[in-house]
Amino acid sequence: MLYLLGPRALPLILLGMGIFLAPPYWKKVLVNTAIFGILALSWDLLVCTGLVSLGQALFFGVGAYIAGTLNHYWGWPWWVTLPTATVAGGLLCAGILAPVLRLRGIYFAMVTLVLPLMLVRIIEATKILGGTEGLSGLQTFPSSWVELVLSLAAFFAVLFGFRRLMGTDYGLVLQGIRDNDRSVLSSGINIHWFKAQALFIAGATGAFAGAFMTHTYMFVGMPVFALDYSILPIAAAVVGGMGTLAGPAVGAFILIPLSEVLRALGALRIVIYGLFLVVFIVALPEGLFPYLSRKYHQFERWVEVE
Amino acid sequence: MFLGTLVYGIVNSVILALVALGFNLTFGISGIANFAYGALYVLTGYGVWILLNEVGLPLFLAAPAMVVLTAMAGALLYRVVLIRLRGMAISEVIATFGVGLAVLEFFRYLGFIGFEYTLPPLLDGSLSIGPVFLDLQRALIVIVGVTLTGVLWLFTHHTRLGLAFRGIAQDEHTAMCLGIHSDRVAMFSLAFGGGLCALAAVVILPIGTISVDAGYDVLLEALAVCIVGGLGSAVGVIVASFILGLAQTYTAMYMGSHWMMIVTLVAILLILTIRPSGLFGKQKELEERI
Repeated sequence: MLYLLGPRALPLILLGMGIFLAPPYWKKVLVNTAIFGILALSWDLLVCTGLVSLGQALFFGVGAYIAGTLNHYWGWPWWVTLPTATVAGGLLCAGILAPVLRLRGIYFAMVTLVLPLMLVRIIEATKILGGTEGLSGLQTFPSSWVELVLSLAAFFAVLFGFRRLMGTDYGLVLQGIRDNDRSVLSSGINIHWFKAQALFIAGATGAFAGAFMTHTYMFVGMPVFALDYSILPIAAAVVGGMGTLAGPAVGAFILIPLSEVLRALGALRIVIYGLFLVVFIVALPEGLFPYLSRKYHQFERWVEVE
Repeated sequence: MFLGTLVYGIVNSVILALVALGFNLTFGISGIANFAYGALYVLTGYGVWILLNEVGLPLFLAAPAMVVLTAMAGALLYRVVLIRLRGMAISEVIATFGVGLAVLEFFRYLGFIGFEYTLPPLLDGSLSIGPVFLDLQRALIVIVGVTLTGVLWLFTHHTRLGLAFRGIAQDEHTAMCLGIHSDRVAMFSLAFGGGLCALAAVVILPIGTISVDAGYDVLLEALAVCIVGGLGSAVGVIVASFILGLAQTYTAMYMGSHWMMIVTLVAILLILTIRPSGLFGKQKELEERI
């Protein structure tokens, strides 16, 4: 019993202790971790569908800007902007990427790499949506408790929701597209429509993370399209294990607190991320989570046969 | 005004072609999209700067030394990292991107930011083409660009190693049957790509300052030229760099320099959406889209 329950209960116990015992600063870190975890999960859902994105900042930034604009110009409260930004962000991202749904592998990756960079430059050149200054003074959450509980709840909802989704027939189709898109196509399934749906789900999740971050920092500006938001989900997924959904979540909970510990090092943190990427993809390409779970299942144990 | 823009547009095109040559060579031969390319470019810039100002070497020694060192860095990148990831395109991209990120941000960490980080021009003075004045460094860039393209053509068509490069690019298995070592050629392709990148850096960087962000921009420009021209196609690189170079310069002239990079990025998006193999690339229909 403990053998099965242990690894599942341990993170929850640690997290529960974290919620109640952590000093305020680390609670903020926990919120950050949950947000990045959600972003990493949305990256991983795309990987499960065979779409590798090098620009998760697109989803993040679109959500952040929608929430920021609605709140800044129209004064909508956070509990309205969050769902609006989620749905509208998902639709917008799926819409932007719809013309390139047919692209595969590295070609799709390059499109996603370019898009957030281009949006930044367009905002810079046209000075729309606050231009280089960004929009500040946005509404924040009523208390840090709401913030923390809401972010963690969303994180777990996304994590377990996605894991369940992958077990259904719908998820099987998505994984089939990753493994062999042509055979899925030839069994009469419209893979482009499924890819568009996956993009909507991932886009909405990423946009939620962006919108949440906007209200946490009370600011939205050009940094939301920065490279960090594209790199971190990839790093989390590579460290934790791509395509497993639990992996990126574990990876985010390793990398974000680590980067807080290393805050004093400044720009060296990104160097460490880069090296993490290289070392893990060369030495442990399956990622920490699949490796650990495989090793855990190799422990000898006695089972009573009735 | 128009003529001046045209001349500077052509210089800009040659700069783009120089920047893209190395990236294109590596991709054309080994199929590795070297996302650490911008880092190699900046590495050369700071390397020459350090050799000049800290070690005290003269420029004519420092520049070739750095070209060789960067080529070796490229080879090392293949030997240590990429050889373990051969054939997994996404892993290659993530790994080279990680290396590039680490190198670039390491320079930022060391504090290599500011206007004092410039390289002295190899040639001083200026010449006039009709009413337009052009400094000799920019003229030198054009000369180097044209010569390098010619030398590369001769190299790939008339030397053993160059022919081996093309053999691997055309059909890896047949080339291996004929005794061409695939891994060694791939290593050389990264070394040559790095060397070309370093050469480009040595002649181009004296025009402006060396900055970490230039590394990301260079990578994007190389990507843009290669994608528009067709990844791995030599003619494509030259045509695409002229299209993009002139478009960039005229946009900067009439709409402001903010729009320069947007033109490049929009070009990448348009080409990838309409014709992913580029203007001159070989169509690989089911591989690139379905």
